[in-house]
This record gives sequence, structure tokens and C-alpha cells, in this order.
Amino acid sequence: MSEAGPGLPIGILAELTHRCTLQCAYCSNPLELLKADKELGTAEWRSIFEQAADLGILQVHLSGGEPILRPDLADLVGVLASRGVYSNLITAGVGLDEALTARLAAAGLDHVQISFQGARPQTTEAIGRLRGSHEKKLAAARAVRAAGLPLTVNAPIHRRNIEEVELFIDLALELGAERLEIANVQYYGWALLNRPALMPPREAVERQIGIVEAARAALRGILAIDFVAPDYYASFPKACMGGWARDAFMITPDGTAMPCHAAASIPGLRFDNAARLPLAEIWNRSPAFEAYRGTAWMNERCRGCERRDIDFGGCRCQAMALTGDPTETDPACSLSPLHARVLALAESDAASAEAIVHPRRIGGTRAAALTR
Amino acid sequence: MTRPQRPIAGAQSRPALPRHVRMHFDERRGAWALLSPEKVLWPDEISLAILRRCDGRSEAGAIARSLALDYEADEDEVLADVLAFLQDWSDRMVVRL
Repeated sequence: MSEAGPGLPIGILAELTHRCTLQCAYCSNPLELLKADKELGTAEWRSIFEQAADLGILQVHLSGGEPILRPDLADLVGVLASRGVYSNLITAGVGLDEALTARLAAAGLDHVQISFQGARPQTTEAIGRLRGSHEKKLAAARAVRAAGLPLTVNAPIHRRNIEEVELFIDLALELGAERLEIANVQYYGWALLNRPALMPPREAVERQIGIVEAARAALRGILAIDFVAPDYYASFPKACMGGWARDAFMITPDGTAMPCHAAASIPGLRFDNAARLPLAEIWNRSPAFEAYRGTAWMNERCRGCERRDIDFGGCRCQAMALTGDPTETDPACSLSPLHARVLALAESDAASAEAIVHPRRIGGTRAAALTR
Repeated sequence: MTRPQRPIAGAQSRPALPRHVRMHFDERRGAWALLSPEKVLWPDEISLAILRRCDGRSEAGAIARSLALDYEADEDEVLADVLAFLQDWSDRMVVRL
């Protein structure tokens, strides 16, 4: 719990649906996917977004699953636009045609982020498990440009596409994107399950960092490249969500308000629902938000560390997943006594020849368990 | 493929905010914010004075002249500061030259 109480939140990741056109093996949705009948209705999201604006939220990322599967998407964008909240559509792009893009632009959408599973069509199709998806994404990106909207190309990186990083840069330039996200997969949920099939070797990661640094220098003022590091190989952990319930949070398709994607993986946390409780109350008092807010929950190692207010002890869910204790130092941190074990895990996974055996789908974990 | 060249700020540049960046007065915090896809920037008074003049029509030279008048400062010095600011912000894709 923080001593001074929380400041005002800046951003919300709104997962409007878990339904998706793709089956990526590193999806950040939980293993237990919610079906359509659990999704909040239009009126509920409208109310949440109005409350968000009142609360001081400046950015809402409309995500999923695939958010364009919601027929009320333009309506929800309109609510955000009417309150001056920056709206960012996070989509896989399959089905985002000119008519829908024009409707979203007219509603006041600020920005579109389209994911590409590969820079090559074969890679995109193999990872997302949908034939023709690459072409559809290219068409979506062109529709975004035609509607006069700014574009980010999002490239989730892992062992199966890490050698395409240069091609991703070319792709982003070719599509006229302002921004490219080279986002190395983070290992929670589906990605944790598929880690042996996804973890890149250290040499490939180092090569990738060199390519990104050179491209950043060469493309100043032309293309902004954001880089999310693969933290198993890092020296210091990521400042996950910019600190637990510090300036951003997320809401799942059924309205559950969580400090981050994976928070439900921490046993004993009590979540509130944004369709039933005022958002301000959730932000200020939700037990799950208070649990790891600030620094009071930290162990001695983290609390005494000079990087305490830089990376906040790293990620609580990763500490839980890899040490069984959510208050532990994130073992991605080189100051954690368990760091060597995490490195060894990464290296052995990277050397494995395992194929993807758990594509994201409802019941996918059960089907996969039989093959183990 | 041939890659586009880095835009360089000069007195004749006509800076504007790129389409992915939006200025917004935040009532709750009583401050101007610059909103972009993954970032929120809180420009200080001088940055704000420059950004407000980045309308895509005014040249950097004219912006510097108007700032020099407002702040009773030397125009050449202000121009150097404005160009350095524009170059830095253009490199970070927050200003379009």
C-alpha cells in the first residue's frame, strides 16, 4: 500500500473481447478465455469510459482479442473522442477494411496499431494460423493510411521470427508507419506455456539489439522504433506497467479491473468489476490494486535498492510464475539470487527444438495437455 | 529500398504536430499534455510556447521572432534555441518539419 495514496491514472487497456481471428501461441489473454456471452454491453463500456475521463485518464487502448469484432467499436471511440481521451486501436487487422476504418476515423479515433506476426507472409500465416492473413493486414494498413490515420506496426518477436527484424523495419517504412514496436514476447499465460517453442537464443537477441540500435540512428525523424526487451536475458527487470497500479491498469471483457494482464495468476488477489463499482473507487481502493502499490510490500533486497523507483522490483506476475512468491524480486533482475536459474531456463528453452503445441484457442490447454 | 532522409530544422521549416500527436488541456491536472500512442508528455512553459506556434504555416524564423518579442529576448539566440528544440522533437517524431 502506498503512503500518500495513488496519483491520477493516465491509461487504460480495455480488452473489449477475447474473441480473435488469430491463434498466436503467445497471446496475452488468459488461458481461460471468456466467451462472447460474458462480454460487457455497449452501455457498460460507455459508462466506464465516461468515468475514466472524469478520473483523469488520457489514453485508452482498445484491444482484445480482436476489438473490431465488436459492432459497437465506433460508438465507443466516439465516447472517448467526445471527452478528449486519446484512443488507440490495437488490432490484428484481419477484417479492418476501408469502410470500417473510415467510420472509426469519423468517430474520432486517434491512432491504429496493427500487429504483424511475421514480416514474411508465410511467417504471419504460420504464427497466427490463418491463411491469407498477411495480405489482409497489408490491406488494413493501407486502409488506415487512406483514412488519414497514424499507424504503428507491432511486431511480437520470438525465436520463430527474430531473424525478420530487418524485414519488419522495411515493412513499417513501406507502409508509411510512424512507429514500429519490436516487442519481444513476455512469458505469461500462453507464452509461458509455449516458452520452449518461442524463446530466442542469446546471440539472436544481441544481433537484434544491434539492428534496432542502428536503425534507430538511421531513421531519426522518420520512424520511431520502440523496443521491448526479452527480459530473461536482461540485467534489470522491466518496470512492468510503469509500476503496479501506478498510472495505468486494464479491464477485461467482463469488466474485471486488473493492474495488469496476468494479475489473475497471483493467488488470493481480490478484483473488482468496473461495471458494478465506480471506477474512481476501484482505482483508489481495489484490494488487488493496493496489494503491490508503492514500495511497502517489497522485500529488503528491493526496498533497499537504488533502482526501487525505476523498475519497482520488476514484475509481480513473473515473480509468482518463476519463484512461487509474488513479493519476491523479479528473477529477471541480476540482483535476484534466482537470476542464474532464469538464464539457464532461457538457454535450455532456446536450444530446444520444440514446435508450438498450444495454439491459443478455447480449451486449447486441455487438448494440448493430452499430447504431453 | 531507398529510405527517406532525416528532416533537418531550419529557419524556413514550417513545423506542425504530426497526426499521431495531439495537444490536450487536462482539467484534472490543470496542465497541457501532449498525447501520443504510448506516451504522454508534459511540456514546460517554453516548450508549450513553441508548440502552440507549430501550426504548419508559420516558419521557424517567424516563430523565433514572435517568441523574442514576447519574452524580450535576443532573436538570434531564440532562433538557435527554437531550431535545437525542433530538431530534437522532430527526431523523436513529436514534431513534423
